[in-house]
Amino acid sequence: MSEISAEQVAHLANLARIALTEEEIEHLTTELGQIMQAVEKVSEVATPDVVPTSHPIPLHNPLREDVPADVLSVEQALSGAPEHDGTRFVVSAILGEEQ
Amino acid sequence: MSDLIRLSAADLAAKLASGEVSSVEATKAHLDRIANVDGAVHAFLHVNAEALETAADVDRRRAAGEELGPLAGVPIAIKDVLVTKGMPSTSGSRILEGWIPPYDATPVRKVREAGMVPLGKTNMDEFAMGSSTEHSAYGPTHNPWDLDRIPGGSGGGSAAAVAAFEAPLALGSDTGGSIRQPAHVTGTVGTKPTYGGVSRYGSIALASSLDQIGPVSRTVLDAALLHDVIAGHDPHDQTSIPEAWPSMAEAVRRADVSGLRIGVVKELDSDGFQAGVRQRFHESLELLQANGAEIVEVSAPNFEYAIAAYYLILPAEASSNLAKFDSVRFGLRVVPEGGGTVEEVMAATREAGFGPEVKRRIILGTYALSAGYYDAYYGSAQKVRTLVQQDFDAAFAEVDVLATPTAPTTAFKLGEKLHDPLSMYLNDVATIPANLAGVPGISVPAGLAPEDGLPVGIQFLAPAREDARLYNVGGALEALLVDRWGGPLLAQAPDLSTHELMATEEGVV
Repeated sequence: MSEISAEQVAHLANLARIALTEEEIEHLTTELGQIMQAVEKVSEVATPDVVPTSHPIPLHNPLREDVPADVLSVEQALSGAPEHDGTRFVVSAILGEEQ
Repeated sequence: MSDLIRLSAADLAAKLASGEVSSVEATKAHLDRIANVDGAVHAFLHVNAEALETAADVDRRRAAGEELGPLAGVPIAIKDVLVTKGMPSTSGSRILEGWIPPYDATPVRKVREAGMVPLGKTNMDEFAMGSSTEHSAYGPTHNPWDLDRIPGGSGGGSAAAVAAFEAPLALGSDTGGSIRQPAHVTGTVGTKPTYGGVSRYGSIALASSLDQIGPVSRTVLDAALLHDVIAGHDPHDQTSIPEAWPSMAEAVRRADVSGLRIGVVKELDSDGFQAGVRQRFHESLELLQANGAEIVEVSAPNFEYAIAAYYLILPAEASSNLAKFDSVRFGLRVVPEGGGTVEEVMAATREAGFGPEVKRRIILGTYALSAGYYDAYYGSAQKVRTLVQQDFDAAFAEVDVLATPTAPTTAFKLGEKLHDPLSMYLNDVATIPANLAGVPGISVPAGLAPEDGLPVGIQFLAPAREDARLYNVGGALEALLVDRWGGPLLAQAPDLSTHELMATEEGVV
């Protein structure tokens, strides 16, 4: 299960939107294989009869009235953006030329 | 060294309340200390230029007869994982360099409302991923006990700031031990509250089902006083526990271990731990026993699977949480040569902005969550979580609190484990189970390991919502040990004198 190829790592990097270098992909391929081998230990005890826990403290979904609250102004929300036009975030083209 | 920086937060608060000392004086003393020693320690990423102004305001309010909280006027350092209005917040990452958040995290807001004076932001492993602060994009923090050694992580900056007398108190975050393990290696106190006990609103999320904010200090009472300030329900955090909390400070003041049943987790009392760590651990237990506690051995057979589960759950959740760093709303934007689509800009930004450990964990998490592997990895890890909780439930049916050494070794050398991720991950073997189960934990100084003279901590764990038990047993042990030592452990730490610092700067040390 823990056999991981460089192609797989490149694919994962693409999914995670990180433009890894060839060298990084090579390193991560080795490291990921080692780490996955270590963490696969969970399968020794994670038998079908065990119920998974997603959250440590049992809680229910807290709901609130749908009323305007004290939230960030547009100016505040845009204050840290690399680029904005005063009312919206500015990004580059969504589609490339060949798309 | 100014006496003001040696005071506990509680003692300083008393002097502030009586008018013997002003907050401006106390704040100035700490800022001077930071200026003198932080070149060598590097606990801070940012020092608050408005600290003295804030202190003066508290002094004015006090002079005007305003009713102030018990820690009003006391300076505090804030881990850079918490967003702060008007102060840069990087979470130790290049991708957030220069970002100034438009709001305060809830624990920061509470600290400000309590009249405390933020001194600045402390160093940490990038996005809290690490046990040494070596994964900070801004260079490592150095352990005040030995500048060549790690201060623990991820909250090494907060622990070192407190240990080096740069701040009496600090805020930390603990996802797998990031408050408790730094406390262990720096001879300080750190608490991970019950999951949901302190709001995470404005805490830059690492793994949302594990993260918790907590206090960092030099004494158990100080940690309790800060815990009382930051705890409580916050509608901004969906996981925040609605019920009110008892006073942790009261638990310390009334500390009494007679009749207290303390369980020693036998799986975490093994040869895998350094001899001096175990020695101080057992001496602490004997001291508690001599003062009326009952020591019982308990077994937690599934704890040995905790690290494996943690390193599936954490990367999975982190890979999702860190998707927000997309070069659109805040932080860095790197445009590839000749331009690119929004996705290409995003990928180039994340390549340039994230360090190696963050990339490693994002890729690991993306893998663990990918179709076809989800059940085998993330699903299995969540089952281990159930088993770890069952171990805790069984143990707490027999005992009031559990005790373990906080971490396997004393502070290791900077660089020693940097290129061996698996060996770095093993540092958290004793602290991770609490995060998986959501239960609270505290690390309290237990002495110095005889073989290397470096600090050792003892960890206590309590059932969820029973944080006060930690302060009871921690406070009692601290009083007994300080009595035995003839003073606090940190009194034995090397004096970070100017001479030593100059030598460090010149590369002699």
